[in-house]
Amino acid sequence: MTVKYTEDHEWIRVEDGIGTVGITDHAQEQLGDVVYVELPEVGAIVAKGDASGVVESVKAASEIYAPVSGEIVDANAALVDAPQTVNTDPTGAGWFYRIRLSDPSQLDGMMDEAAYKAHAGG
Amino acid sequence: MTESHDLETTPLTALHQELGGKMVPFAGYLMPVQFPLGILGEHRHTRAKAGLFDVSHMGQLRIDGAGAAERMETVVPGDIAGLAPGRTRYTQFTNAEGGILDDLMVTNAGDHLFVVVNAACKQADTAHLRTVFGDAVTTLGDRALLALQGPSAEAVLSALAPEAAAMSFMSFRVLDVAGVPCFVTRSGYTGEDGYEISAPADAARSLAERLLAHPDVEPVGLGARDSLRLEAGLCLYGHDIDTTTSPVEAALTWSIGKRRREQGGFPGAERIQAELANGPARRRIGLKPEGRAPAREGTDITDLDGRPVGRVTSGGFGPTVDGPVAMGYVETALASEGTELRLVVRGKPLPARVARLPFVTPGYKR
Repeated sequence: MTVKYTEDHEWIRVEDGIGTVGITDHAQEQLGDVVYVELPEVGAIVAKGDASGVVESVKAASEIYAPVSGEIVDANAALVDAPQTVNTDPTGAGWFYRIRLSDPSQLDGMMDEAAYKAHAGG
Repeated sequence: MTESHDLETTPLTALHQELGGKMVPFAGYLMPVQFPLGILGEHRHTRAKAGLFDVSHMGQLRIDGAGAAERMETVVPGDIAGLAPGRTRYTQFTNAEGGILDDLMVTNAGDHLFVVVNAACKQADTAHLRTVFGDAVTTLGDRALLALQGPSAEAVLSALAPEAAAMSFMSFRVLDVAGVPCFVTRSGYTGEDGYEISAPADAARSLAERLLAHPDVEPVGLGARDSLRLEAGLCLYGHDIDTTTSPVEAALTWSIGKRRREQGGFPGAERIQAELANGPARRRIGLKPEGRAPAREGTDITDLDGRPVGRVTSGGFGPTVDGPVAMGYVETALASEGTELRLVVRGKPLPARVARLPFVTPGYKR
């Protein structure tokens, strides 16, 4: 299992070629109370960096960018009715979608936990 | 990181930081956007019990001299001459084109007018008032302004100043609050009952701490102040109203006195009286999106055929409504309650209806 991070504060946890994507604890804390989540369609093909969802707090709306290219194979429909899960459990039950990676080598250029912590703290 | 070196502070800035406030720049001031309770929690607490807001960044002025009320009417459309001693009124500074330069509260304090204006406009407003009143205008820069809002506000304040309980909505008194001489109005900008308390800067912190010591009171930041006033259908200057919007378009006609509508005599009276007679071309409305997606400021409003008919001027999530709420301007023909419209959010036309303002029932003590 590999966990990687983007500069835009998404995490991706990859097992058997499927990545689970969410936003980091740092990101949810910066956003504040999450009140709305928009998820990608299952079956959609996205390229790394594409807008692939939306998370809105009372304060602001933010796009979720696809950390890697691939096909959306699952979306966390529970977030639609309970968007606050993104605040309470951002790296667990607050996941956004699962993606089948079309190019796993894209993970190589991404930050690991230590690098991300330095990025988020800086 | 917040660039705080060139921002102004208030007498409560240090207290906000000690209370864990997340500080942001706002209108040239370093202000708390939220406290550890968070925007949703602060909003709900204010509607359920009471919130304490620091609004010391707003401008407080006094205007002295005989005939001040009559002269004030040369710059605002509100009925100021008819304002009884101890009463407060909401009005606007208008320009020659009938646009709004700022909105403000004017109090007849007996021997002078007490005026509260928006932070971002206060220098311009002061200069504007000096063209009318000259040296009779005094800026009260040595006073803080606290807003205590919510259904518990009366119980909280009257424990420190028993006379506060008897005050009615939009009334004013000089009160001794826990030993501090304060200008108190029963008013606010949240849709709740409450008070705005002007206190000497050097006593503001101890007064705030006395109010916060009550178990019903939580500190509240600008984030919840914005969501509370949006649900209450109240305008935010620079967003819902500005120099391009008239008070009639902004659905603020109620704030223009009957005598003033007939007699005019305020800047932009020609346009404003014409709009009162014939109706404005566009009007501020409430908007209730049918889904869960918030429509933010700047969102285009279209009719059902996709024709642009207006724009959202304030929008977001309403914690008490428990869903998205917005305000904006549309062509008058589409401004009636229940009209179906579309809000173009991230390129998608989402269904919404014109809604009655406010979105929540006000708790004002009439």
